[in-house]
Amino acid sequence: MVWVRVAHPDHVFFLALTRTVYVAVIAQVIGVLLGVAAALMRMSKAAPMRLISGVYVWIFRGTPLLVQIFFVYYGANELLGFTLIPNSLGLGLFSLDGAIVGGILALGINEGAYMREIVRAGIDSIDKGQMEAAKSLGMRYGLAMRRIVLPQAARVIIPPLGNEFNNMLKNTSLLFAIGVYEMFADAEIGYSNSFQPVEYFLGVAFWYLVLTTVWTFIQAAIERKLAASERGEELSFFERVQAVWNPVSAWRSAR
Amino acid sequence: MTDVVMRAEDVHKRFGRLEVLKGVSLDVQQRETVCIIGPSGSGKTTFIRCINHLEKVDGGRITVNGQLIGYRQKGDKLVEDSEKSIARQRTQIGMVFQRFNLFPHKTALENVIEAPIQVLGQSRDQAAAEGIRLLTRVGLADKTDTYPGKLSGGQQQRVAIARSLAMKPALILFDEPTSALDPEVTGEVLSVMEELAHEGMTMIVVTHEMGFAREAADRVVMMDEGVIIEEGTPEHFFQAPEHERTKQFLSKIL
Repeated sequence: MVWVRVAHPDHVFFLALTRTVYVAVIAQVIGVLLGVAAALMRMSKAAPMRLISGVYVWIFRGTPLLVQIFFVYYGANELLGFTLIPNSLGLGLFSLDGAIVGGILALGINEGAYMREIVRAGIDSIDKGQMEAAKSLGMRYGLAMRRIVLPQAARVIIPPLGNEFNNMLKNTSLLFAIGVYEMFADAEIGYSNSFQPVEYFLGVAFWYLVLTTVWTFIQAAIERKLAASERGEELSFFERVQAVWNPVSAWRSAR
Repeated sequence: MTDVVMRAEDVHKRFGRLEVLKGVSLDVQQRETVCIIGPSGSGKTTFIRCINHLEKVDGGRITVNGQLIGYRQKGDKLVEDSEKSIARQRTQIGMVFQRFNLFPHKTALENVIEAPIQVLGQSRDQAAAEGIRLLTRVGLADKTDTYPGKLSGGQQQRVAIARSLAMKPALILFDEPTSALDPEVTGEVLSVMEELAHEGMTMIVVTHEMGFAREAADRVVMMDEGVIIEEGTPEHFFQAPEHERTKQFLSKIL
C-alpha cells in the first residue's frame, strides 16, 4: 500500500504539497529580508540598533521553533493589542487561512535570526576597499551597500542560504501543529483514519525527499552559474545544456 | 590664492596612542602635480586619505576649493559634517587606490559609469558615451565589457583612473598607484598619469616612482614621521636634497 501513497498521490495531497512549497518560499523570503535588516542593524553605529538586533537573535535562536510558532499564531494578537494575524487573509483570487499566515510569519521571523549571521559573514567577507572606493566616488553608505557590497556578499551568502531553505522545507511540517493543512498534516490525518503508519509516513517522507532533492539540483545550478560569473564568464547555451546534462548522464551511468 | 585647490593646515591624526600626522600643512595649486614621497609609516597615505575624509582628522583643517572637508564650523568648534554633504564633497575628489578596488561584479564600463549614473544622475546613454571615451583615453577601448577578474593589474588600474575621471573631479588623489603592480606593467599606468598631469589635472600622488616625479611632478614633498621635512622641484631632490633623512631615503629607492 505504501506504493500507492508514493506513486499515486491524490488531489488533496498535491494541494498540501503545494502549500508546503509556497509556505517555505514565502517564509524564506521574509527570513532573508529580516536577516539583511538585522545584519545591517548589527553593524550600525547606533547602539540601540545593535541592541535590538542582538536581542532578536538571542530570543529566536534560543527558544524552540515550535514554541515560537504557537506563540506567534495564538499569542501575537493578544500581546500586540491589534490584529497582526487575521482569521484569513484575502489576496485577490485566493485567500490564506490565518494559521498559514501565522505559520509563515513564525517561520520567517525565526529564519531571520539565523540569516542575520549568514548575511553578516557575507558582508564581512567583502574587502573594505570596496566600500572605500564607493565612498570616494561620492556614494552614500546605503547606496554603496545596495549597489556594491550586498551584490558581492550575495555570492557568499547563497550557498548557506540554500542549506537554510532545505531546512525550511522540512520545518514547514511543524505547522501541522497549529492546523495548517500541509504535507505532513495530510499524512497524519490519513494515518489516523487508516492506522497505516508505514504507508502514510514513509510516503510523506518520500515526498519531502523529492522536494529537497529537486532543490539540491536547483541550488547546484545556481552555484555553478555564480561561480561562472565570478570568473567573469557568462555560460554559453551549449555550456548551460551541458551543465544540466552532466548530472543526468552521471546518474544514468551510475545505474 | 584663488587657484589653490587643496589646502591643508596643521593637520593632526592619531590612531589610538600613535600620532601619525603631527601637523602637516600643504597647498596644492590648480593644474599642479605634487608627489609625496617618504618611508613607509611616514604618514603619507594617511594624509591623502584625510583629504577625502576616508580618515577623520583630529586637528587642523583641510579645504578643497575653499570648502572645509568633513567638518562644519559650529560657533568656534568644528563638528563632523553630515554623511550627505561629505558624500557630495567627495564627488569632486577622485581617488585611485593601491589595490585598484574595482567592483568585481561589474564590467570595466559599468565600473566607470556606476557613480555618474547613481550619484550625478546622468542618463545611462550619456554616462556610457563618456565612459567609452575615457576607457579609450586610457587605452582600453577593447575592454569595455570585460570584468576586472579578466584584466591585468595595469589594465585594472587604468580602469580605476577612468572611473575617477568620470566624476570630473577637481583633484585626484593617487595612493601608491603602482606599488601593487608587476614591474613590466607599471609603465602603462605611469604614462597615463603623466598624460593627465600634462593635460593639467590637479593631482596628489603618493609614490616611490622617482622617474614619474621627474617627468610629471611640479613639486615633490618628502614626509617623515608625520611631518613634511622637505619640499622642492624634482630637480632639487635629484641634485641637492638638503635633509639627511631625504638623502638616505633617496639613496635607497633610486
